[in-house]
Amino acid sequence: MYRVTLPEMGFQAAWRAAARCLASHAIPPEAVDWADVTLFSGEPIPEGRGPNAVFVPKSFLDLTRSVLCHKDTQAPSQLYAALMRHQTNRCPLHNPADSLTQSLAKMAKSVRRDLHKMHAFVRFHELPSVSGRRKFGSWFEPDHRIIEAAAPFFAKRFADMDWTIATPTGTARFQAGKLTFHKTIAAPNLPEDATTELWGVYFSNIFNPARIKTSAMRSEMPLKYWKNLPETRLIPEMLNAAEQRVLAMHEAVPKEPPKRAIKILDRRESDIKGT
Amino acid sequence: MKKTLQEKLAILSDAAKYDASCASSGTTRRDSKAGGLGSSGGSGICHAYTPDGRCISLLKILMTNFCIYDCVYCINRVSSHVERARFSPEEVITLTLEFYRRNYIEGLFLSSGIIRSPDDTMSDMIRIARSLRVEHGFKGYIHLKSIPEASHDLLKQAGLFADRLSINVELPTDSSMKRLAPQKQPDGIRAAMAGFRRNRDASRERSVTGKRPPRFAPAGQSTQMIVGADGANDRDILGTANQLYEGFKLKRVYYSAFSPIPESSAVLPLIKPPLIREHRLYQADWLLRFYGFGLDEITSAAPSGNLDLEIDPKLAWALANRALFPVDVSRAARHMLMRVPGFGARTVQRILAARRSGPVRYADLLRIGARVKQAEPFILLPDWSPGSLIDSASLKARYAPPPEQLSLF
Repeated sequence: MYRVTLPEMGFQAAWRAAARCLASHAIPPEAVDWADVTLFSGEPIPEGRGPNAVFVPKSFLDLTRSVLCHKDTQAPSQLYAALMRHQTNRCPLHNPADSLTQSLAKMAKSVRRDLHKMHAFVRFHELPSVSGRRKFGSWFEPDHRIIEAAAPFFAKRFADMDWTIATPTGTARFQAGKLTFHKTIAAPNLPEDATTELWGVYFSNIFNPARIKTSAMRSEMPLKYWKNLPETRLIPEMLNAAEQRVLAMHEAVPKEPPKRAIKILDRRESDIKGT
Repeated sequence: MKKTLQEKLAILSDAAKYDASCASSGTTRRDSKAGGLGSSGGSGICHAYTPDGRCISLLKILMTNFCIYDCVYCINRVSSHVERARFSPEEVITLTLEFYRRNYIEGLFLSSGIIRSPDDTMSDMIRIARSLRVEHGFKGYIHLKSIPEASHDLLKQAGLFADRLSINVELPTDSSMKRLAPQKQPDGIRAAMAGFRRNRDASRERSVTGKRPPRFAPAGQSTQMIVGADGANDRDILGTANQLYEGFKLKRVYYSAFSPIPESSAVLPLIKPPLIREHRLYQADWLLRFYGFGLDEITSAAPSGNLDLEIDPKLAWALANRALFPVDVSRAARHMLMRVPGFGARTVQRILAARRSGPVRYADLLRIGARVKQAEPFILLPDWSPGSLIDSASLKARYAPPPEQLSLF
């Protein structure tokens, strides 16, 4: 049995190097243990490139980038199984109805969704800064190990500020234009940010009380994310007041237009006639 | 007394909520690695969801809700008693940038009531967009609601700073526009849309020297129609939408179920917003744009002039055209697979990929993610045949929701 221990950070490159080496030696999937931690010590992987050429389509590389982030410890070994099968049979990897292909596609989809939600739901809090750049911090709890995959998006978007995003499985730090990754020691203490209150004002006023659809809200913004989203604290109160607000609209009697309205409309009418 | 920023934000976001669009996708790829703040391009991001199920992607606000027009369906019409406020350009810019830095939004959707004159209002909006782009190097998304009565020159300038411009047609027919929005001119709106299309087409042509003209609203133009405020039926609405897509190459037509507003006018009914009707219109809109359906095909399956509220328009079309089914999944062409109820565009793509590895069976369809139960009567597989199901008189009942006890109140 060969054993590969993938590191917590940089596991993408580590998996690719190991898989390429194992495949070139034609080592079958069942002879490799990819588990993060194992009680039984196995043989380390062979050194150097083996005699076999390894074929990998580009679409498979894209797939590995997503699937490897998955929290399922089976992900690396499933990918290696698909890689080895592809060396002798090119069809199944392109067949969405194949069960291994489908299982990988499902993992990739779950990771992509998690990434998308992380790009959407990270909330930055402003921190005091001593350098000329503004400084922000955030704590986010994704489902999968996606901090390395998610951080470049923020680096491109928030290039003119320093920021830190901490997740349970790793921390990304962007300082003076340089992105680095670190082990997370503890969830950071984030101070209250005055802009959060303005955001709450916006969140509760853009909401239309006459069209309640909480199931749509919850399917797109699952409850598990709520504890790190400050605006969700307002939702119970918004829902409570909604019915009353709609009722008030129905009961309100249309009023005479204010005096200035008549003046403005008259002036406009004569303007149009004049031209 | 002067209003605080919080009070203004409350009034001017409340006034903006009746605009359905919040899209932030489909613009040019940009980022701030070479300076400035922000990025955009690719698919949009929804940063939050409110309990009405709608997403928040943009800071959607009015510059001011003072207005000299009197459109009866609008909360901001001159004859309403709603509280008024007005942002200074700096306030809009600060809110946009500070919200953006905290990753609350993708950008700004700025709209406005008409103050002084259409040209004055439009120039103020352009000033905000220009300052964000030029002085602050903002690379995020900007959507400006254009004022159709503003001059062509101003509309052209707006497109240089905005990703998307929109002009709301508001009502599906000219006659209801005349009745409900007397100050708006349907011809003027169409002229502005045509002008937009000319500007955009021109911005994509290289000059003789091969130089590219400056970009013009790369995410295109969109519009919004209110559903249920007048007597127009779904055939009228979809007909207008289809004309807009074909004539002005609109990116999106939004359908907004008329929703009761505070300070309502006596002319309009206070009804529950027709949300299912709105949903069916969006489904029909998708069939027109992405599934190769013609307008007459959708409307001929809805002889009353309105779409069936119980079943979706694709199923309604299939039930009215049963002679074309069942479709042999292993052999049928793409355009016919797209017409099978229960098969979406992505399902069809996967079926075509799977067919290269051999015949597609029932279990394969399930793995691919098709809604097989829905599709059953309309498809033929090596291990499934609908038999006489497709001709059965009770086929519609299989899909319609169970009857509901009518409420007395």
